[in-house]
Amino acid sequence: MENDMGWMNAPHSMGTTIIAVQYKDGVVLGADSRTTTGVYVANRASDKITQLTDNVYLCRSGSAADSQIVSDYVRYFLHQHTIQLGRPATVKTVAKLIRELSYQNKSNLEAGLIVAGWDKYEGGSVYGVPLGGTMLQLPFTTGGSGSAYLYGFLDQAWKDSLTKEEAEDLVVKAVSLAIARDGASGGVVRTVIINSEGVKRNFYAGDKLPTWYEEIAPGISPLESLLSGPAPMVDTR
Amino acid sequence: MFATGIAEEDRKGSYVDRSISRPCNFEISQQSPVTHTQYPYVTGTSVLGIKYKDGVLLAADMAGSYGSTVRYKSIHRLKAVGSHAVLGASGEISDFQQVTQYLDELVLNDYMWEDGNKLGPQEIHSYLNRLMYNKRNKFDPFWNSLVLGGVENGQKYLGVNMIGVHYKDNHVATGFGNHLARPMFRNEWREDLTLEEGVKLLEKCLLVLFYRDRSSINKFQIAKITEEGVVISEPFALKPNWDFKAFHNPTLGADGSW
Repeated sequence: MENDMGWMNAPHSMGTTIIAVQYKDGVVLGADSRTTTGVYVANRASDKITQLTDNVYLCRSGSAADSQIVSDYVRYFLHQHTIQLGRPATVKTVAKLIRELSYQNKSNLEAGLIVAGWDKYEGGSVYGVPLGGTMLQLPFTTGGSGSAYLYGFLDQAWKDSLTKEEAEDLVVKAVSLAIARDGASGGVVRTVIINSEGVKRNFYAGDKLPTWYEEIAPGISPLESLLSGPAPMVDTR
Repeated sequence: MFATGIAEEDRKGSYVDRSISRPCNFEISQQSPVTHTQYPYVTGTSVLGIKYKDGVLLAADMAGSYGSTVRYKSIHRLKAVGSHAVLGASGEISDFQQVTQYLDELVLNDYMWEDGNKLGPQEIHSYLNRLMYNKRNKFDPFWNSLVLGGVENGQKYLGVNMIGVHYKDNHVATGFGNHLARPMFRNEWREDLTLEEGVKLLEKCLLVLFYRDRSSINKFQIAKITEEGVVISEPFALKPNWDFKAFHNPTLGADGSW
């Protein structure tokens, strides 16, 4: 009886695939849209890319509650910080705040976070803040359960000095590949591009996403093959 | 029954493992204390250290493992502290980052005194020891094994620290390095090693660790500390040797063998 009810009480978790890539003039963030409660998909269209300031966004993975509360606190701090500073916060400052909360509360949090954005001092930058609260600045990074399936792909496909189009293409491909193999990732691919000109959100679903090995795109109805009768028996002797 | 403050299981005499390796445990009862021990998440493997003729050499690879996955491959595990010391860390990287933050503040405050004195490796190691031991006593340790190498007034210093246990030697290692590198050091270390000999010895050990430690990668840094100061090398790779005749066809004539 108790084991049966486990799925009802399982915490909301974002199985998730998240990724952020730095390109020449900015950053591209990407994520899937599946939130699960045990095996049930609680939200199939979640938005895991959260705004922290005008120029810095956060990719959230792990416990939905934990990542949301961390992002809420940091947004609150940054609001005050921006007013006091008199100019937009740098990506590094945002990352350090995220890191501080993640690290100091490491025994109580399960959130894998990626901070990415653009500021006028460093241009585009990407910071990974995995479980435990390590903070690492990297040219690109992934997170969530789906990221396990992307190490090989990115080792091969990532290169230095990407253009904006190449970076977004890489992000969409990566998230889509992870969705193909990770049960905890799914739905649509959301991307956010941040550069000196501002922020652009994109949405990729259904036929806008590539199909991979053993996947089929929706197309011909099975009716076509069902309407004809069974194939005649053939004597193959 | 509840007044003594001794946990039920302990009182009954059965063995209860309350060692530091157990993960976080919040028990809101009068009987057991709140413990904050942790799991490590992103970890670094061995750090090696040797004294040589002109000073001290430290070596470490650049991997940050996440369980069995080699998740990050450009982690700097050797950090300069002040002008004449280098700290190498294995274990949880976030804790290492916090320790370096404390040390940077320590060195900065020392600098701002402008009193003509400067913290040397011996003093920094003392501070580190207090830091580690105090956290350990609160059941909230820095999950690291730290190696501090430095030169102060012509005296070479090489010490290791974890959970507040600290010791010094002519050659040290953490983790796997203790099992693979120390025996090699014991055979080949001398007081008057030149820089070239020291680096070669470290490279020999690093290669063995790459062969035999699954958490290591073929990407390393070596730090040199002398009277002149600190130099940390650019990342480099070693040339592994797989070309043994015995490796080409090991299961020939022994089907099912590996």
